[in-house]
Amino acid sequence: MSVTDQVIAIIAEQAVLEPGDVTPDCTLESLGIDSMGVVESIFAIEEAFDITVPFNANTPSESDFDITSVASIIAGIERLRAEQLDTSQG
Amino acid sequence: MKRVVITGAGTVNALGQSVAQTCAAMREGVCGIGPLDIRDVERLQIRIGAQVSGWEAESRYTRQQLALYDRFTQFTLAAAAEAVAQSGLVFEGELAARSGVVLGTAGGGVSTWDDNYRSVYEEGKNRVHPLVVPRLMNNAAASHVSMAWNLQGPSFTVSTACASSNHAMAQAFSMVRSGMAPVMVTGGSEAMLCFGGVKAWEGLRVMSRDVCRPFSLGRNGMVQGEGAGVFVFEEYAHARARGAEILCEVAGVGMSSDASDIVMPSQSGAARAMAAALADAGVDAGQVGYINAHGTGTAANDRTECAAVTQVFGAHAQRLMISSTKSMHGHLIGGTGAVELLACIMALREGIIAPTINHSAVDPDCALDVVPNVARDAQVDVVLSNAFAFGGMNAVIALRQI
Repeated sequence: MSVTDQVIAIIAEQAVLEPGDVTPDCTLESLGIDSMGVVESIFAIEEAFDITVPFNANTPSESDFDITSVASIIAGIERLRAEQLDTSQG
Repeated sequence: MKRVVITGAGTVNALGQSVAQTCAAMREGVCGIGPLDIRDVERLQIRIGAQVSGWEAESRYTRQQLALYDRFTQFTLAAAAEAVAQSGLVFEGELAARSGVVLGTAGGGVSTWDDNYRSVYEEGKNRVHPLVVPRLMNNAAASHVSMAWNLQGPSFTVSTACASSNHAMAQAFSMVRSGMAPVMVTGGSEAMLCFGGVKAWEGLRVMSRDVCRPFSLGRNGMVQGEGAGVFVFEEYAHARARGAEILCEVAGVGMSSDASDIVMPSQSGAARAMAAALADAGVDAGQVGYINAHGTGTAANDRTECAAVTQVFGAHAQRLMISSTKSMHGHLIGGTGAVELLACIMALREGIIAPTINHSAVDPDCALDVVPNVARDAQVDVVLSNAFAFGGMNAVIALRQI
């Protein structure tokens, strides 16, 4: 499964939707995912991709991880995977 | 002061997933204790318990709910649904604003602690699910009950080990009697039949490895159970005005602290709690027909409890009946008084006294009528339900026919 498909599956489960109803341009807000749903989604992403996502629910807009939309989450994951792979190899 | 009645009851425990199933099992003297079906049971020395079998959490609750509901919350919500449905109450407006929920639990979300400690310590994981804290907290069950039925009045959780649910119900009773709340949803639950929960109890060396036989010669300890009991306590005039079916009256409560030892029971503390309940209810000792004992099946508790009953009731102690239904549903720790109240209600309403099963021979130190092995038909007007906790904190509830 591609990163996009995995993220869509995680977000769809949180939103109680079918994966086909979730597209990269969807925002989490438009999917009805509340703040605890965001935290649960991030947990699931960390588990699925074995990464640590820098996210503080108190200051979501200041986190170095853009959770606005499915596409921004995918971009963030790609970047973290590259960085955290570098770190582990360094 | 207001009179307080019970207008709804619900339960989940090893004997059944409803009040009807539970009372039927108590009448038949069914034993709900069996081999534990839990992870790593082979590493336990104590391998029996009164587990709730056939519990289908996934068919009762959604995935989102289960992320928030520890097993003790799951049991509580099911029992509360049965109790509130029986009461026929709908919590809206002023009634919702003033009615609340007080529940007891000793351990709260024990299996949530257990699963996540296992994950980080044994499996070496470095992150846990984000909802671990709201899932394990001791007030989680009370909170979810308040949300499910729109109970916006005074709500909290009481934790006094094995007396938790009796203390919770004593508190709820006091709030309705004083006029603070017209209705309180109350009772308690426990779900610590997981590896860590049983391992902790094992350490005390008070657990039986084979059978729970309270008051019997040859008894060798307690057996843990799990589940919930929930009741609707309602102001009498409020219940009458809406034509509700009244199960019985909560006549009074008595509480005491041994103020002596953290685990050894005290005859004086138990006696003072029972005497206080009688005084609070305004009944004479001679009116009490049945006592649902704390009756854990340990050598110390049963001997001490019988001595306390004799101290309070004098010659009448030989005439009243006293049984321990823990022989059937196990010791539900913080939820035990709530499930045991069902035996008290059955005694008042149906005239059936639940037995003490597994009783094999009379212990001279427990020479009371313990209703051995077989349920009995008897007319009783006033009953007591005893709970004497570790920590020396005791709570006794008196119920009366209405």
